[in-house]
Amino acid sequence: MKIFLMPSDAGRAHRRAWLRRVFPSLGHKFRLAAPAALRPDLGGGFWLLALLLLLSAPAFAQIGDTTYRLRDPEQETRAREIGKELRCLVCQNQSIEDSDAPLARDLRRIVREQVELGASNELVIRFVHERYGDFVLLRPPFRWSTLLLWATPALALLGGIFAIWRSRRQANTTGIGPLELTEAERKRLAILQGDQKA
Amino acid sequence: MSEVAKAGPKPSRRKLLVYAPLGVAAAAGLGFWAMLRGLQDGSFNPRGVPSALLGKPPPDFALPALESSGLPALASADFRGMPGPVVVNFWASWCPPCIIEHPHLMALQRQGVPVWGVNYKDRARDAQAFLTRHGNPYARLGVDKPGRVAIDWGVYGVPETYILDRNGIIRWRFAGAITPELMAQDIQPLIRRLSAR
Repeated sequence: MKIFLMPSDAGRAHRRAWLRRVFPSLGHKFRLAAPAALRPDLGGGFWLLALLLLLSAPAFAQIGDTTYRLRDPEQETRAREIGKELRCLVCQNQSIEDSDAPLARDLRRIVREQVELGASNELVIRFVHERYGDFVLLRPPFRWSTLLLWATPALALLGGIFAIWRSRRQANTTGIGPLELTEAERKRLAILQGDQKA
Repeated sequence: MSEVAKAGPKPSRRKLLVYAPLGVAAAAGLGFWAMLRGLQDGSFNPRGVPSALLGKPPPDFALPALESSGLPALASADFRGMPGPVVVNFWASWCPPCIIEHPHLMALQRQGVPVWGVNYKDRARDAQAFLTRHGNPYARLGVDKPGRVAIDWGVYGVPETYILDRNGIIRWRFAGAITPELMAQDIQPLIRRLSAR
């Protein structure tokens, strides 16, 4: 219905301050992580991975936005894993990794910032979940209110099996009536057969 | 032939089999009709996402003011010790639905309901021009240029409107432009109820 969003242009310092505020427990990691992030890791492994990433281009083709790609390929992979679990709230059938919406871009950035600071997948997902609720999780959590949702496939299967069992039992017992012919029927049959012979 | 017919399911069961699909279709039709009606008066929003913050206080934040407006800034501390309920509205000058809903915010302000604004990802000059042109309903106005405070609130687009009770607990949230129906059916009754207590 609405949703008009504009690209964010926040200063790096501002984002760091924001992260520090919402993630006080990561404060120490933050200070340690900053110099490490600045140090380029150009070992042989890095170039090999870079080549592999290049060769695997089609797999990553869905994300056109490379603005916030993390330098560390391992961290970037983890950030994508997290992003794939999170629904974009603007284009609601896409994950934030797949969406071009500015809000998805902001959330991708937040995910990467937190991954860079060493936050676990669970922590990052919880962070977004606390703000946007169950709806943001592409894999709904298992709890009483979602029990029916999770149980539906099993219930449908059980229902189908029950229906088949019932219809079979009915066919075996009452469906076609008594198998023995009554006296009247036998007489009628004899007459019909006699007619054919004649 | 009559003996064959007797061997089939009982007439009452056969009737049930005929009417069951009709019943299902009628129920589905009724549900569909209710959805369409809800769409029309704004009470049903298929894209609506329930707020995760209902029943909770707003997140900790402190936003700068829109300097040219002379309005006080907005921070989470402002929600403590309020005399009554307050409306919080996330808006931007580049958002057409914000213009559509603006008269309702003006009406709330005239009514004496405090309306606090968060200007989302906007240029200061454009925001000021919007207020000069359409009127200013906001008693407080925070500027969230990076949009991070909006994310802390669970905002996923503008306009978005929240109602907080006097204890600073979020009681109601609507994503989208406020409609006259929404004003009459949700916003006004809730504000009356929260003011009365």
